[in-house]
Amino acid sequence: MNILSVNNVTLTLDNKKILDDLSLDFWRGHIHAVIGPNGAGKSTLASAIMGLHGYTNYEGDILYDGQSLKGVAVDERARRGITLAWQEPARFEGLSVPRFITAGSQRKDTAYVKELLGALGLEPERYMHRSVDRTLSGGERKRIELASILAMEPRLILMDEPDSGIDVEALQYIFEGLRHLKDKGVTVVMITHSMAVLEQADHAFLICQGKLLDKGGVKKIGKYFANKCIACDHINQPALTEIKA
Amino acid sequence: MTKKDVVAELLQSIGMDPAHPFGDDVARIEIHENRVVGLKLVKGLHVDADETDTGINAVISVDDGAHLEKPVHICFGVLPENGLQHIALDIRVKQDARASFLAHCTFPNAINVQHTMDAVIAVEPGARYAYFERHVHGPGGGVNVVPRAKVIVHEGAEFTTEFELIKGRAGRIDFEYDTVCHARSVVEMTARINGRGDDTIVIHEKALLSGEDARAALISHIALRDDASAEIYNDLVATGDRARGHVDCKEIVLGRAVARAVPTVEVRNPSAHITHEAAIGSVDSRQLQTLLSRGLTEDEATDLIIEGLLSKKARWAGD
Repeated sequence: MNILSVNNVTLTLDNKKILDDLSLDFWRGHIHAVIGPNGAGKSTLASAIMGLHGYTNYEGDILYDGQSLKGVAVDERARRGITLAWQEPARFEGLSVPRFITAGSQRKDTAYVKELLGALGLEPERYMHRSVDRTLSGGERKRIELASILAMEPRLILMDEPDSGIDVEALQYIFEGLRHLKDKGVTVVMITHSMAVLEQADHAFLICQGKLLDKGGVKKIGKYFANKCIACDHINQPALTEIKA
Repeated sequence: MTKKDVVAELLQSIGMDPAHPFGDDVARIEIHENRVVGLKLVKGLHVDADETDTGINAVISVDDGAHLEKPVHICFGVLPENGLQHIALDIRVKQDARASFLAHCTFPNAINVQHTMDAVIAVEPGARYAYFERHVHGPGGGVNVVPRAKVIVHEGAEFTTEFELIKGRAGRIDFEYDTVCHARSVVEMTARINGRGDDTIVIHEKALLSGEDARAALISHIALRDDASAEIYNDLVATGDRARGHVDCKEIVLGRAVARAVPTVEVRNPSAHITHEAAIGSVDSRQLQTLLSRGLTEDEATDLIIEGLLSKKARWAGD
């Protein structure tokens, strides 16, 4: 049932423990949310799962389809079906939107690109001859990045702050994209501290200072997050009794 | 070989079908080594070419107010492995005329070829002139390309030039464009070159914004690998009221390649404004990681990023 298991992972960066004996199981075909305050280690977790440069020297193990990802390079992880949508997608001056979208796809045809753009609420004709550069808004780039992810037909998507820098309307298209992915059996892991994003998930983890504090249904974790984390004086050191309440 | 055969081979080398090269309404000039081997004119365009012992002297002019609907196709080439080509060009785009030239420079078999060009270009008031230079070189480079141009862009005129290596190794490219921009003129000079092996690229682009409201953009996008080297000199001087200029120099450097950028921006008028943007280094890590996370190998990702850098779609955002 698990597509991904994070087993007792500890990751230290610049002498600071960012992930601390963290263990999480992600179920195949579900939408998961990983929430927590700033600095909790959420994005670091995504980077370690993706195997990004500087995030691979961890203790413990990360298993994908039951196999360790240790020593597996980013591109190989991607070819096995893992990918990452960045909080702020990179700009590619001069690289056309269609070339970017189909970079990791078997299909390269124009009709496919148009279909993907349309599915994310972007009028295809407006983007076919543009570049993935600063002339695109943050929301446009976010949706174009998601189109590139849809095109590669991954099995596990890590989405870092999917609502960052985009308006409400664009966010609805991203949510629709998520539901579409779930229908196809894709597993999604969203890194967020937004309630609106959390509500899209089937299941959530709350992490703080690199440790798992709680997990469960969205209602339960969302309530804890809304009531405790945001206004909590001891945000990084909540009492265990408080977590379980 | 007949002139017709030479033209056919030149066109073939740039990927065109010699049997169906152009429509009847397209003007064209083909020069092989120091001989004119093909010429077709359209109304409003004049070409006067002299073959001399040392090269070709050509005067090309576009009549006052003439609008050449289709780009004029020029093909400069040296087909043998060794050769010398020298072109002296005098180009006059007269008042309110419109013309664009697509110039293919092809040296597909070069081992020791020298191509030099000395051009004087006048874009008269209100005229628009675009010169798109596309180079086809052989797999080993083997060519020394040395174009020099002095350009005067008169009041309200526009001058655009693009230099692009579309096939083969650069060899040695050493070009120099010196432009004087009069009032309300617009100039955009772009070079996109991919260097590898022991290629050497030297670019001197200079624009003097002497007129009021004159604008210029100097754009150099270079990718270097192996032992290739590049020196880019972008000089932009603004003396005119409200003159605006921008220098954009981006170079990706891989392996043992070496890049050097020397921008000079000089403003001698308090109402003028020049911006400068330069980035030299390896492939952007964020871009690379993004493409790796789509399943591309590092080489594929690097090639795609370089493709973007050298793409024609890069434009001056400040315009």
